[in-house]
Amino acid sequence: MNFLDFEQPIAELEAKIEELKHVGNDKEINITEEITRLKKRSRELTKSIFSVLTPWQVSQIARHPQRPYTLDYIDRIFTDFEELHGERYFADDPAIIAGVARLDGKPVAVIGHQKGRDTRDRIKQNYGMPKPEGYRKALRIMQLAERFNLPVLTFIDTPGAYPGIDAEERGQSEAIARNLMVMSELKTPIIATVIGEGGSGGALAIGVADCLLMLQYSTYSVISPEGCASILWKSADNAKEAAKAMGITAQRLHELKLIDRIIEEPLGGAHRSFDDMANKLKLALVEELEQLRSMPTPEVVLQRQNKFRQIGEFKQ
Amino acid sequence: MSWFKQILPSRNKTNGSTRRTVPEGIWTKCHVCQAVLYRAELERNNEVCPKCGHHMRISARVRLESFLDEDNREEIGADVKPVDILKFRDGKRYKDRLNQAQRKTGEDDAMVVMSGTLKGLPVVACAFEFGFMGGSMGSVVGERFVRGVETAIELNASLICFSTSGGARMQEALFSLMQMAKTSAAIAVLRNYKLPYISVLADPTMGGVSASLASLGDINIAEPNALIGFAGPRVIEQTVRETLPAGFQRSEFLLEHGDIDMIVDRRQLRDRISKLLSILTHRSVTA
Repeated sequence: MNFLDFEQPIAELEAKIEELKHVGNDKEINITEEITRLKKRSRELTKSIFSVLTPWQVSQIARHPQRPYTLDYIDRIFTDFEELHGERYFADDPAIIAGVARLDGKPVAVIGHQKGRDTRDRIKQNYGMPKPEGYRKALRIMQLAERFNLPVLTFIDTPGAYPGIDAEERGQSEAIARNLMVMSELKTPIIATVIGEGGSGGALAIGVADCLLMLQYSTYSVISPEGCASILWKSADNAKEAAKAMGITAQRLHELKLIDRIIEEPLGGAHRSFDDMANKLKLALVEELEQLRSMPTPEVVLQRQNKFRQIGEFKQ
Repeated sequence: MSWFKQILPSRNKTNGSTRRTVPEGIWTKCHVCQAVLYRAELERNNEVCPKCGHHMRISARVRLESFLDEDNREEIGADVKPVDILKFRDGKRYKDRLNQAQRKTGEDDAMVVMSGTLKGLPVVACAFEFGFMGGSMGSVVGERFVRGVETAIELNASLICFSTSGGARMQEALFSLMQMAKTSAAIAVLRNYKLPYISVLADPTMGGVSASLASLGDINIAEPNALIGFAGPRVIEQTVRETLPAGFQRSEFLLEHGDIDMIVDRRQLRDRISKLLSILTHRSVTA
C-alpha cells in the first residue's frame, strides 16, 4: 500500500500491525487481541483523518497511483465488454477506452479515459491525456450508441487533453468542441462519472451528460490546481490555495449544484477496495439509468439541453 | 549602475523600456514594423497597421460598430452582469479584478452582443473583449452568447462571433468550464434551425473558447497571423520539450492543417462575410 503524506500516522500503525503479525507466527504469545485493537485504532484514525481532508489532499487521492482506473471498473461492473478501436481517420488512441457491454444484462456503450498502471502503460496511454483521435473515437462510439439505442456511460479520469504539437496539428480544439455539441443533443441517455481526475476541457469532452456523478474523493476543475496557481499566484507551490479557491471537490461541486450525486468511497479511498467501490458505483449507475430509461428519449434530450442552458451564475 | 552613468545628468539617461517616445493619444506605434502611426488614421483603418498590415487588438464595441450597419443596432444581454459566486481570491479578490477590468474597458464583462444588419442581412454579432480579463469566458460571456443565439433564432438571423480570448475564466472555476458545454449546446440548436454561424478567430483564441464555440462555425475565418489553439505554446513547449515549429498555431498554420476555411483581412470582413451569408441564406445584400 502506498500512503500519502497526510496518511503517515495510518502508515505507521499499519506497519506495526504487519510487524506484530510476523511476531505472532514466531512465538506462542497470543497477540490476536493486540492486532484487533490496533486495526480498530487504524480504522478510527483513518476515519478521523479522512473526515477533514483539504481540497488539496482530496486531489492527491484523486490522482493516487493505486486508484482504480476505467478498466478496473469495466471488469467489475459490466459483462460482455467488447472494446472497439479507432476513429477511422488516423489512429487508435489508447488514452480513451471505448466499447459496448452489458450493465445488469442490458446493452450499453462505455467510454472512459485510461491511465496506465506501470511506466510502460503510462507512456502507451499517455498518462490518460487523449489526442484528437481519442475524442473522435469517443464521438464515433456515442453516435453508434445513439443509432442502436444504447445508453452511454462515461468514466472521467484525465489530467486534461494532451498539449502536444501533433494534437494541435490534428485539431484538438475542434475535436473537443464537436463532442460538446454532439453530446448536448445525442438521442440516448448519458451518465458521466468522474472517477479520479476531472481535468478541464479534456474531461468535459466526454462529460456532457444527463446525470453527472462524482466519486467522493475525485476532483473536477477548469484547470489543475498547479496550473491555476502558476498563472494566478505565479508559482505552482500555491496549488493548495488554488485547489481550495476553485472548489474542486465533489462535496463543494454538489453544494454548487454543478453535479448530481456523490458516490461514497470505501474508508481510506477507492484504492483500498476496488470491489467495494465498483459495487457502489454499479448500484448508482443502475439506479440512475433506470430513471432515465423511464423517460421518453426526446424528453431526456430536452431536459439535458435545459440543464446546460441554465448553468451559470450572474445577476440582472 | 556604472560609475559613469551615475555622474551623468539625469536628462541624458535613457531607458528604452520606460521612456515614452510617443505621446499617448495622438500617435501610436506599430510594434511589428515600428512605424509611428496617427491614432485617428489607425482607427479609420480598423486598427490594422497601414504600413505592414499587422492586426492590432480591437475592442468588442468598436469591432461591432465598425462591422454592423449603422442603423438598427441593438445590444443583447447588457443587463446580464457578473457575480463572484465562489468568493474567489488569489493575490487579489475576483471582485476587485472585475471592478478594475470594468473601469479599464468600460464593459461589464468580456463579451458584447448586438443584433442588427450586415449590408441589410439580419444578423446577431458577438464579440469578445480581450481587454476584460483576457477575454476569458465565465457565466456572463456564456449567457450573453446563448442569448445572442436565441435572438438569432427569433429573428431568423445569421450568427457571427468574433473570438479573442485566453480561454475559460479561472475565477469562476467549474462554472466557466461548463460554459463550453452551454455555448456548444446552443450552437447545436441553431444548426437545427439551419441558420448560419460564422466564427471569426482573432488574436488570440485559445483554450476553452477555442475548444468550444470558436471552432464550431459553419465557416471558420481567421484574421491574419492570429494565435489560435487549444494549449498555449509555453505549456506545449514544457510538455514536449522541443522547440515549436515556426508559425505554429498561427492562422496560416491552421489553414494548412484544415482547421479554418480562410484568412481574411479585418478590413474586408464586412464584404466577405456578407457575401458568404448572402449565398448561404439565399438573400441579397443591399449596398
